[in-house]
Amino acid sequence: MILYEMIDYSVLKMIWWLLLGVLLIAFAVMDGFDMGVGAMLPFVAETDIERRVVINTIGPTWEGNQVWFILGGGAIFAAWPPLYAISFSGFYLAMFVVLAAMILRPVSFKYRSKRPDPSWRSAWDWALFTGSFVPALVFGVAVGNVLLGVPFSLDNDLRMTYEGSFFGLFSPFSLLCGLLSVAMLVAHGSVWLVMRTTGDIAMRARRFGTVAAGLGIVLFSLGGYLVASGYVEGFRITSEIDPNMAANPLAKQAITEGGAWMYNYTVHPILWLAPGLGFLGLFGTLVLLQTRLEKLIFLFSKLAVFGIISTVGVSMFPFILPSSIQPDASLTVWDASSSHRTLFNMLVVTLIFLPIILVYTAWVYKVLWGKVDEETIERDNHTAY
Amino acid sequence: MELNVVDLSRLQFAMTALYHFLFVPLTIGLSILLATMETVYVMTGREVWKRMVKFWGTLFGINFVLGVATGLTMEFQFGMNWAYFSQYVGDVFGAPLAIEGLMAFFLEATFVGLFFFGWDRLSKRQHLAATWAVAIGTNLSALWILIANGWMQHPIGAAFNPDTMRMEVISFYNVLFNPVAQAKFVHTVSAGYVTASMFVLGISAWYMLKGRHIAIAKRSMAIASAFGFASALSVVVLGDESGYEANLNQKMKLATIEAMWDTEPAPASFNVVAWADMEKRENVFAIEVPYVMGLIATRSLDTVIPGIKDLVSRTKDRIRQGAIAWDALQKIRQDPVNVSPDVRETFLQNENSLGYAYLLLPFTDNPMEATTAQVDAAAWSTVPEVMPMFYAFRIMVACGFFFILMTAIFFYYSSSGKLDSLRDKRRWLLHVAVWSIPLPWIACEMGWFVAEYGRQPWIIESMLPTSAGVSNLSVTEVLLTLAGFVALYSTLLVIEITLMIKYIKIGPEDGENPDTVQAAFRQPAPTAASVPAE
Repeated sequence: MILYEMIDYSVLKMIWWLLLGVLLIAFAVMDGFDMGVGAMLPFVAETDIERRVVINTIGPTWEGNQVWFILGGGAIFAAWPPLYAISFSGFYLAMFVVLAAMILRPVSFKYRSKRPDPSWRSAWDWALFTGSFVPALVFGVAVGNVLLGVPFSLDNDLRMTYEGSFFGLFSPFSLLCGLLSVAMLVAHGSVWLVMRTTGDIAMRARRFGTVAAGLGIVLFSLGGYLVASGYVEGFRITSEIDPNMAANPLAKQAITEGGAWMYNYTVHPILWLAPGLGFLGLFGTLVLLQTRLEKLIFLFSKLAVFGIISTVGVSMFPFILPSSIQPDASLTVWDASSSHRTLFNMLVVTLIFLPIILVYTAWVYKVLWGKVDEETIERDNHTAY
Repeated sequence: MELNVVDLSRLQFAMTALYHFLFVPLTIGLSILLATMETVYVMTGREVWKRMVKFWGTLFGINFVLGVATGLTMEFQFGMNWAYFSQYVGDVFGAPLAIEGLMAFFLEATFVGLFFFGWDRLSKRQHLAATWAVAIGTNLSALWILIANGWMQHPIGAAFNPDTMRMEVISFYNVLFNPVAQAKFVHTVSAGYVTASMFVLGISAWYMLKGRHIAIAKRSMAIASAFGFASALSVVVLGDESGYEANLNQKMKLATIEAMWDTEPAPASFNVVAWADMEKRENVFAIEVPYVMGLIATRSLDTVIPGIKDLVSRTKDRIRQGAIAWDALQKIRQDPVNVSPDVRETFLQNENSLGYAYLLLPFTDNPMEATTAQVDAAAWSTVPEVMPMFYAFRIMVACGFFFILMTAIFFYYSSSGKLDSLRDKRRWLLHVAVWSIPLPWIACEMGWFVAEYGRQPWIIESMLPTSAGVSNLSVTEVLLTLAGFVALYSTLLVIEITLMIKYIKIGPEDGENPDTVQAAFRQPAPTAASVPAE
């Protein structure tokens, strides 16, 4: 069967690079407000009933949102196997920390309300905080490390050796990226709470969101400055690379170079839209949080997430995982994907199921929409979390 | 024993998978039972069925979240601990995992929120649809995971590509409709149905013994025993299908399950009890039933089942052949552009045995120069420990037949309307049902063990040895995460079981009433006074 040859291999690679972005952004938008809400939980709500209000704004839907994370893992495995293999084994202990934290989340949602005693509930509140804050931070730190280049090398059999350490992940720049990630998701989560709660909680959420969006603007600018000024070196391919080549990361040459992450903007000025939308989203969130235009703010906080993540993607293109110690082995869009046939098959499956997922997810949100307050919790006392 | 990354990584995978598999079978089975009960509710309009859905739904929820939580690890640990495996087969193996997310897990996880929170927001029929969506999503999820696993047991539809140094799909159709995957899927979901049935049966029996919630207990038993009986038969029949498939493609697995060292004239006998000596490569003693094994595994009277020793000598030939492929591959990798077509041809001719050359790598750096002793050692490394396989399999099968018996007995009592008589005359039957609750879990874990340990030393049967698939990690790193997972999972398991027992004791009708829940924990509710106001 040669059906898959209908689409050029290079085009499929490009499509899957875009889909990788779509999935990561969808994860950050959908699970992002859950993480932002969880990271604020102990601070934005004080009494048990207030915390239940906060938890129940995300209680019925966090589970579906988390599947974007699972799907992200599965899609990277299927479409970018070397990326899956190298990043997760390289960031081994960091991945463990993320998983352990994220494992606490489902359990906290479900078990917290199963016993009435305050110490039980308070313990799960902090578990939920950990399960939200830690992944938000570590994902940002990981992205920072990807921008810096990851210390891995590949031998002739494509077996990977990682030279870094767990604490080596936390450089000043990657920590800045981690904090930006937390700020972005807290801003996003606070907008969610403004939309879904009333009274004191909504008021406090506005304050958190304002601070987070402001901090986001500062960190995003600072990060941009560090990359543009060459403090963070980028990577550049120096040999010919055939976009239709079989996936072999060792078939090209690449170098590290200050300012290389800015080349794409020079060649295609339209790409400035990505950081532009990031700033617009953050500014919009900051300003609109002072108003009553609740749904409009959410649009802007989503825009912020979209713009910030897209900025990372387009700055690095075609790199997806540069190697700091063996730049030639860096993974790029052209040499780290699955085979032509697998990319095609997976595209067909995705085009069928992704729209279906979006439709039923939208319907479920519509059914469950509405403000949550202390009255609704007391009315649904035994079904609510 | 010296700790090494391969063994520790295997231990970690086994640990996380076995824990995950404590929660999954119940989710698979209970979701279907819930949907069935709710269907009866919508069709008859009787409130008791709704109470049943809500009660079993509460227990379902307590179990479900741990399945979700432990499932997170499953999706990522291939990359974490098995990086070379991931790079080597991601082109084939990643696809079913991604499709599982797209087609199944999204459905399940999105609608499970409506199942719990949608009672007052949806019409009866809409809610029923949500419950079925959860059940269908859960079961489809198992399908895709077992397609992935089935491919590890029987890797068809793919070929090795020396230019990308990995296996790539050549027929997606063959990967999806892998007969091993299909047999495994039905066997595994049926095992889940049996697990849920025995769980519902046991808890209902406990209520009957206590004289509580009789209306709900009897209806639950009726559904669970009928569903459980059909499923238990299916588990055994489809387990037999798995055995048949194993004989076609994993002969070593079958030989170790049987502790069959030497090839016997067909039809082979079945060892009921045996004690194998791995050093001497023979059974110290065995009790045999003639003909049975040959009939089960080959479905014929004259097909010979090879014994372990014959299989090992066949393996030696493949190792030699694999070494030729390995040598050609080295030359191709040195200079893929200018390498002579003859070398590529040599590789293609021996490609099927490439994986066997990797078996030599623990013994020598150059498989082409392996000594007879090294080939011998590599060939014998393909034999898993016989006794764990032998007894794990027998425990599983014994449990399977016991489930058929139990569900049949209760199906008889419920269909003849005599369940009430059990409360007076045959109380011991109810006691047996209660004490049987853990058995399905034991059977499921044994089944996992036979399937996965029996595949060793391969991570992909005959293609890639487990030792070659591992990541470049340090012993300390893997020890740290292993200890972390054990501590975290064990704590959560204890909490889960405690909550489960608590909510079973609270029981159906009263679980609806928050006052009873409060009383059950003998703790004061947090009041306005006990919690500091802002």
